[in-house]
Amino acid sequence: MLTIKNLHAAVDGKEILKGINLTIRPGEIHAIMGPNGSGKSTLSSVLAGREDYEITEGEVIFNGKDLLELETEDRAREGLFLAFQYPIEIPGVSNVNFLKTAINEIRAYHGQDAISPKEFLEKVKEKQKLVELDNKLANRSVNEGFSGGEKKRNEIFQMAMLEPKLAILDETDSGLDIDALRVVAQGVNTLKNKDNAFIVITHYQRLLDYIVPDFVHILYNGRIVQSGGKELALELEKKGYEEIKKQYDAISA
Amino acid sequence: MSDNTILDEHINSEYKWGFTTDVETDTFPKGLNEDVVRALSAKKQEPEWLLEFRLKAFRHWLTMNEPNHWAHIPYPKIDFQDISYYSAPKKKPTLKSLDEVDPELIKTFEKLGISLEEQKRLTGVESNIAVDAVFDSVSVKTTFRETLAEKGIIFCSFSEAVLEHPELVKKFMGTVVPYTDNYYAALNSAVFSDGSFCYIPKGVRCPMELSTYFRINSSGTGQFERTLIVADDDAYVSYLEGCTAPKRDENQLHAAIVEIIAHKNAEVKYSTVQNWYPGDKDGKGGIFNFVTKRGICLGDRAKISWTQVETGSAITWKYPSVILKGDNSIGEFYSVAVTNNRQEADTGTKMIHIGKNTRSTIISKGISAGLSNNSYRGLVQVRKGAANARNFSQCDSLLMGDQCGAHTFPYIEIKDKTAIVEHEATTSKIGEDQLFYCRQRGLDTEKAVGLIVNGYCREVLNKLPMEFAVEAQKLLAISLEGSVG
Repeated sequence: MLTIKNLHAAVDGKEILKGINLTIRPGEIHAIMGPNGSGKSTLSSVLAGREDYEITEGEVIFNGKDLLELETEDRAREGLFLAFQYPIEIPGVSNVNFLKTAINEIRAYHGQDAISPKEFLEKVKEKQKLVELDNKLANRSVNEGFSGGEKKRNEIFQMAMLEPKLAILDETDSGLDIDALRVVAQGVNTLKNKDNAFIVITHYQRLLDYIVPDFVHILYNGRIVQSGGKELALELEKKGYEEIKKQYDAISA
Repeated sequence: MSDNTILDEHINSEYKWGFTTDVETDTFPKGLNEDVVRALSAKKQEPEWLLEFRLKAFRHWLTMNEPNHWAHIPYPKIDFQDISYYSAPKKKPTLKSLDEVDPELIKTFEKLGISLEEQKRLTGVESNIAVDAVFDSVSVKTTFRETLAEKGIIFCSFSEAVLEHPELVKKFMGTVVPYTDNYYAALNSAVFSDGSFCYIPKGVRCPMELSTYFRINSSGTGQFERTLIVADDDAYVSYLEGCTAPKRDENQLHAAIVEIIAHKNAEVKYSTVQNWYPGDKDGKGGIFNFVTKRGICLGDRAKISWTQVETGSAITWKYPSVILKGDNSIGEFYSVAVTNNRQEADTGTKMIHIGKNTRSTIISKGISAGLSNNSYRGLVQVRKGAANARNFSQCDSLLMGDQCGAHTFPYIEIKDKTAIVEHEATTSKIGEDQLFYCRQRGLDTEKAVGLIVNGYCREVLNKLPMEFAVEAQKLLAISLEGSVG
């Protein structure tokens, strides 16, 4: 589904990603962990198409297409979804109107007709229940006046509505209480199927108690320095990032 | 997306109303003097009192100085001798039948989405709307006149009102905006051509939206229309005004007057979608829109509400105002003003509190893009004796890119210590984060900008009659097309 080869990216001339290699197949959940400043959020931004980053080397193939050549909106229409670490407020635009517009843009891209109001409403109802999102929130302006937890829940709601092929959750767990964490995890676990895939970016092991990854990668200093199964996360939790830092700082020095 | 890339690509948006109609016209030679004023009045077969009014206004105008640097907006000095003050399609239709209207004119208005046939409805719209269609200096057709007349409502062109209801025109014209008011009001009072007149009798709720559609067509002309709306005790009317003009390299002057009089318990809602040609991306051509709009709540518990969506014109000076004379009367001003490229807008309102317990609300949303400047200029005045007057003002500015300007000039004059006046102002930039967020959900940049801007203006757009809110939303998106690279 997604193949990242030797990806280098810089911001303001400073290299942040220094050669990322990663392959993700349908039906898989990959966790990417790493200390602050390791490049986790840069990776998600680069994949989603944020324009502040300069790709200096490498390639990314998404469903047979050169992802880096696609406009941000076309990446989304091809089925790439990013759950934002800091979801953005859009005053005056209702959540459902926003989603309806998004769904119809994606459908139009694939040559499909606009969603019928009935089908849309049923979908809203169903997915709202999934993430335990209050009816009021669904009808309020996008993220405006939402609490931190509500915003994250809303991201998962949007993900559920858009049904992406590949969803990247960028530190969705940060700042969440245990209930919200459970809801987020429940959303991912329910949506997961053999045709889609998830990248879960997180600082802590905690979320992985709820979303069990098939693979765990440790990102440090712009590179994936270790990959393994879910036990790698537990190991990391025990040892902490200091160990990793020491080990790899020594190598690069 | 950096600010520079946002600005790299400017407007390529097409002004879709920029065509001209080929009709034979009866146009006055350029120039302005007393003879022109007399000729104009004679052309319209006006009574002596109106000619006198025009001449007084003209003589007063001659004593005034052109405010050519008002609000620090530089513009070329207008040569008032280089304008023709009357232009009308030659086949002047009688107003009895649509068959007698020049088919070219019917086509023109259809192209603009305005149907002059009563049985026809505006695209996809449920309710009927009565339209007074003004083409250059004359009204070509007013629809639904008979239907409205059954309720005693008078809705016709200003010229007809002068001939058919002189007592009403004479009684109210110039009472809210006297010809001495300002330079362009004096000019309008001298040379005004046509416009709409509307009278709602006591206790009548007007059953349909009334609207006037202004179209400038001829080159080298100015449009000086005049609208007078009178709502008698307990009457209600919702009124809408729309306007467009062809694309031309020259600047054309539009200097209008709108007067509203609301008697006891009456309510008048006046909505404008102003879409005069704004000029090209280098600021060539476009309409100078210098208008005076004012209403008075004469009686107790009267209410006047202005809603405007301003997207057009090269320069706009416009301050729809309310004089709150009656006790417990209410004034409202809801405004969205969009400027792009080199457009300049200086718009706002004046709320003059005279009566007791009077209330006013001002919501202004300015959106600036390109190299444009957008100013809110407003006065809240509470006179002595206006006990318990209350005003709430909110002025928000949204900037797109870093080469445009947004300015807010609130003037507050309080002479009564029981007044409560609140003013809130915000300035924000259309966020790259917001754009990225929308695009990540599958919306392209144009769609995203349209969505964000419409969301930002929602409070105001909600005040528009349904039929026009949809139009206004589309117009906002079109006006900002290409403003983000």
